[in-house]
Amino acid sequence: MSNVLQIAWLIPILPLVGFIINGSGRNVLSKGVSGFIGSSVVLASFLLSLYVFIQVKNGNTHVAHYFNFINIETLRIAFDFKIDQLSSLFLLIITGVGFLIHVYSTSYMHDEPAKDFAKYFAYLNLFVFSMLLLVMGANYVIMFIGWEGVGLCSYLLIGYWFKNNNYTDAAKKAFIMNRIGDLGFLLAVFWLISKLGTVSFDEVFAAESLKKLTTTDITGITLLLFLGATGKSAQIPLYTWLPDAMAGPTPVSALIHAATMVTAGIYMIARSNILYTMAPVTLAVIAITGIATAVLAASIAIYQNDIKKVLAYSTVSQLGYMFVGLGVGAYTGAVFHVMTHAFFKALLFLGAGSVIHAMGGEQDMRNMGGLKKHMKITHLTFLLGCLAIAGMPPFSGFFSKDEILAAAYANNPVLWGVGVFTAIMTAFYMFRLYGMTFLGKFRGTHEQEHHLHESPAAITMPLVILAILAVIGGLVGIPEVFMHGGHRLETFLEPVFAQSKAITEKHTLSHATEYMLMAVSVGGALVALLFAWNRYSKYSKTESEPAGFAKLLANKWYVDELYNAIIVSPLKSLAGFFNNIIEKKVIDGVVNGTGKAVNYGSRQLRYLQSGQVGAYVLLMVIGMLVLFIIQLFL
Amino acid sequence: MNITTILFILLSAMAAGSAIMMLLNKNPVKSILWLIVVFFAISGHYVLLNAQFLAVVNIIVYAGAIMVLFLFVVMLMNLNADSEPAKNYRLHLIGVISGGSLLLVLVSALMKMEMQQPVQMKIGDAGLIANLGRTLFTDYVVPFEISSVLFLSAMVGAVVIGKKD
Amino acid sequence: MDIKAYIILSLTLFTIGIIGVLVRRNAIIIFMCIELMLNAVNLLLVAFSKMHAASEAAKASPSFASDAQIFVFFIMVVAAAEVSVGLAIIVMLYRNTHSVDVNFLNRLKN
Repeated sequence: MSNVLQIAWLIPILPLVGFIINGSGRNVLSKGVSGFIGSSVVLASFLLSLYVFIQVKNGNTHVAHYFNFINIETLRIAFDFKIDQLSSLFLLIITGVGFLIHVYSTSYMHDEPAKDFAKYFAYLNLFVFSMLLLVMGANYVIMFIGWEGVGLCSYLLIGYWFKNNNYTDAAKKAFIMNRIGDLGFLLAVFWLISKLGTVSFDEVFAAESLKKLTTTDITGITLLLFLGATGKSAQIPLYTWLPDAMAGPTPVSALIHAATMVTAGIYMIARSNILYTMAPVTLAVIAITGIATAVLAASIAIYQNDIKKVLAYSTVSQLGYMFVGLGVGAYTGAVFHVMTHAFFKALLFLGAGSVIHAMGGEQDMRNMGGLKKHMKITHLTFLLGCLAIAGMPPFSGFFSKDEILAAAYANNPVLWGVGVFTAIMTAFYMFRLYGMTFLGKFRGTHEQEHHLHESPAAITMPLVILAILAVIGGLVGIPEVFMHGGHRLETFLEPVFAQSKAITEKHTLSHATEYMLMAVSVGGALVALLFAWNRYSKYSKTESEPAGFAKLLANKWYVDELYNAIIVSPLKSLAGFFNNIIEKKVIDGVVNGTGKAVNYGSRQLRYLQSGQVGAYVLLMVIGMLVLFIIQLFL
Repeated sequence: MNITTILFILLSAMAAGSAIMMLLNKNPVKSILWLIVVFFAISGHYVLLNAQFLAVVNIIVYAGAIMVLFLFVVMLMNLNADSEPAKNYRLHLIGVISGGSLLLVLVSALMKMEMQQPVQMKIGDAGLIANLGRTLFTDYVVPFEISSVLFLSAMVGAVVIGKKD
Repeated sequence: MDIKAYIILSLTLFTIGIIGVLVRRNAIIIFMCIELMLNAVNLLLVAFSKMHAASEAAKASPSFASDAQIFVFFIMVVAAAEVSVGLAIIVMLYRNTHSVDVNFLNRLKN
């Protein structure tokens, strides 16, 4: 059956073909055709992924070798795809959610001119291609190609409306912050090559290779890789690009900045889990970074008024959760949360997109309200998404979040405490968002109210499908306390994390403790939920501006300003110094000075060329004299 | 000190002295006349070296033809007057010093040489008309003929340049 | 007579010619100085020819010594041609500038 897995190469190639067709034919293709091509190639990839997934589920994992990418002396980097449990799961998420978002986009982007429409789909397909390459690559270099590719597509799509300067600035910010992380990734890869001479996952994770690495090596490599992950997955200190990335079209935010690309860091760490398990220092760093990001982003989300900004900070916060999961060794939990988060966050973003669409581009929640009766499907699916992210049982978020929190408690109760606090804040800001948007009275203009309508089927269908997934998606990971053998995801992923499992001591919590933990987090979240529901369904525009601590939160802890003050401004003034002093005075001075010196020298030498024959003869005689002296006496 | 040496010194003094006189004289005609004296002195040297042919040719060509040409030019164009305005003496000084130091350098280099080579005086048939004529019309007949072409072209050139317009 | 005496005589005449070229501005005088220098060289050539005639090598080849004198003859030929052209130039110069001062000949400057 291994031959069947040889078709794996078609999965990324199909979106690439879509990219080429849409990209090269953007001037001739009609909107319908380019939308159809863009969506259908991803659908085909999804079907192939499904097939591959079933094969993998039957225990048919495989590394497909295609050709040698780099082949110099002892270093051989193959262009290989690794098809195993982890990558096949990610394939499903990427192509599945990706397909729904493509379908959604055909309607959402319908007002764009045909040329831009095709360009949009070309970028989207290129993104899917890069993401698939990232996930399927069987070594760090192929992964890095995909890693860079998704960064590029993210840049292109954030700056999709490139005529707006703020948007291109946001795109540049995302790109540059990602590059900082990418440098860490690249250094880690070089470190691996210098120590082991290979970057292939199978060879690096083999027991005999791991023996060659000292603790310093592993800690250094994993920390550098984690730096790459903080860039891509928007963790402290490189998270500020993600909220700004909301400048892109909403489906892009859903696909790239919620469901797929930002989870690349988690995928990469889960893929290299054995390295991380062997580096407890790095794990502690990851856990602390993750929880700090989670709580910081959640606190910021509470006071944001832009519907997409709330979701963006929520994404950062949830990504923080996933890193906590990785940091405490709950790799399955982290991957589980990636999956459920992909469902409900994509749902929420698409729902927000539907709202924005109905509101005619309005994103400020203060001008919304009472949309419940105008947009029934959007409202219902959005509510389900909010319940899922708030961790209400039995929605999917409950299971995955609970798993991470339980593992965090076993590792360190403080982590758990902060995690629960974040969960409560999550419930609060999500229902603040829900209340301000769907409940109460409409606060926008009459024109907008007149325009309000439910979105077309191409938008609502993906919402419904994602809502179903967000509700039942958690059932693949029912914890042990509820049902023995209920955690089918863990069983499925077991081979991937087997090496790590073998060297970590197993924390087991008593069932009573686990019930208690669940009760605390669910109870807390429920209280916050009801409080927010109650308070924000009566929200009116007259509410005072946030002050004091709330103002600090509303201004995002002034992190952007801090970065500006300590990094951007000094760099700018340094650049200014180089531009004004070094460039203009020194370099230009040298260049112009050379010219001036030659000019001046020539001007002086010109007096020798008097044109007077006598002067020439005199000089000739003197020259002869000198020559004779040299010849005869020296 | 025999007669040859006395003659040599006399002729040398005459040549150098006349050359200096030629330089110092402001009047071009007088300068030309002094130069003719120099050429005569040099012809005397040729006679002393028993280069009879060259001695004669020197007088005919130089002192005769060329210098007469000079005189014609000066007199026909009425350049006889002192045409040189008062000159910058610093430039004179520079010219004399640089020329003088050139002479000094060459002479002192010559004096450093430990060389004693006598010159055949008053005897020897190398400079006789018969020998030179034979060599000129056998070994050097081609350059000799070419030199006539040179003369022709110089003549044409002089006519072209000297034409009124 | 020693050859050094002739060399010194020639050098003296030659240097007087050079000084003449340097200090005088009358084109005709300068031209004459050039003729003087040519004659200094001629004299030296003849002196060398006679020096070689006194040496052993001259006995083997009769034309050995007369070659230098043939050279002098050709120098005179060339000098005659040169003078005819040179004087024509000076005449033209005088006709154009009404002067034979070489300092007027500074067209090279531009």
